[in-house]
Amino acid sequence: MTATLFDALSLLAQFDRQLLAIVGLSLQVSLSALLLGTLLGLPLGAWLAMARFPGRAALVVALNALMGLPSVVIGVVVYLVLSRSGPLGSFGLLFSPTAMIIAQTLLVVPLIAAVSRQIVEDAWADYAPEFFLFAISRPQAILLLLADCRFSLIVAALAGLGRAMSEVGAVMIVGGNIDGYTRVMTTAIALETSKGDLALSIALGLVLMSLILSLNALAHGLRVWSARRYG
Amino acid sequence: MFPLRVAGLRFAPEGRPVLDGLDLELDGEGISLLLGPNGAGKTVLLRLLAGLLPGDGGSIDWAGAARPAGRLAMVFQQPMLLRLSVQTNVEFALRPQALSASARRQRTEEVLARVGLAHRASDSARLLSGGERQRLALARAWAVRPNLLLLDEPTASLDPSATEAVERIIREIRTEGTRVLMTSHNLGQAMRLADDILFLADGRIQEHAAAARFFAHPQSPAAKAFLQGELPWRMTFAR
Repeated sequence: MTATLFDALSLLAQFDRQLLAIVGLSLQVSLSALLLGTLLGLPLGAWLAMARFPGRAALVVALNALMGLPSVVIGVVVYLVLSRSGPLGSFGLLFSPTAMIIAQTLLVVPLIAAVSRQIVEDAWADYAPEFFLFAISRPQAILLLLADCRFSLIVAALAGLGRAMSEVGAVMIVGGNIDGYTRVMTTAIALETSKGDLALSIALGLVLMSLILSLNALAHGLRVWSARRYG
Repeated sequence: MFPLRVAGLRFAPEGRPVLDGLDLELDGEGISLLLGPNGAGKTVLLRLLAGLLPGDGGSIDWAGAARPAGRLAMVFQQPMLLRLSVQTNVEFALRPQALSASARRQRTEEVLARVGLAHRASDSARLLSGGERQRLALARAWAVRPNLLLLDEPTASLDPSATEAVERIIREIRTEGTRVLMTSHNLGQAMRLADDILFLADGRIQEHAAAARFFAHPQSPAAKAFLQGELPWRMTFAR
């Protein structure tokens, strides 16, 4: 056990090329998914917070339920869509980083949209009378509320990033865990552990934990700073 | 937009009447102050006029139209300020108007200077003091150049210095031609600011009179009782 841990730390200290490649691809995939998920999820959540239409409550419940959607289910759906016989099969995206980004984006959009919906809805209840009196249009109101809630929404985005970085099922199915091409931290940990190479698994696990811890510390610091700076 | 005529206005959430057959007429000049005990429905009346609440009966007529033809603004007791700069908190209210970006900025700077907040334009609005927040809310309402400005207890919980600053701004807004209808519990403020008093009790306007006349010779029993309760050392008219 001690020897394995020592080997893992050695890999990290040596900046092992294989390890760095896996970490780099993981960040590339998850951050891309976060960017796309934020661009889609924030406006969707803000719109849902302010819109009133028949069936809205059902949509909110469905969106909340999708937060807990198993990643393997998303993986299977994206696999079917991108496979040769699927509707987007002609693009040849299956088993590529792009397919992994698509799958992770679909995973994080409901999470970011659901959390931001709640945040913006609370703010909307406060600001609605002022916006009504000043005849602020719905798109303008959405932008203003997103700007007003920006520091709280960072938490929503971070939750999305955490979900993207930690999931294994979807990227395994649509990425194929191809060495040097679609292997990310979570799929590498699963594979190396099954092969008995615990040193690499532990090293990757340490990196993964450190990244998530650092991002959360950054978000916490940002919230504390923003509370002092902007009230 | 004026005269504003309210007839038989009723507001009764869950069957409990707050306003019950309220009649009111306002012309287009001056500062009217809505006075009345807690729970009389002063804020509700302002919100009904602003279109923020639907009435349960009666009518609101704006010079023959169901909706005001001019601009209407309202400042709340606790104004909501975005976690953005002071300047942005004014400027966003001007976005629906057909103004260029430079015209919006110019008008924003102008009103901020007039309420004494020009030096804080780039600060976060959420970091302002209570008095400054209320002045910012007034600046925002003033910026849209409203025909009617509704003020819901604009100086509640402000100290005398901040109250004086807010009252000065309200007078300036009135001087520029904006009709002001405000609520207040501060009788001293009512005497200083109001041209006329609307006394609201039991769901109706019990008395509408020039301010000086109202305080010297209130006509309705409800107004007499209210003033005696508020100013027992001064009011001897009922005896």
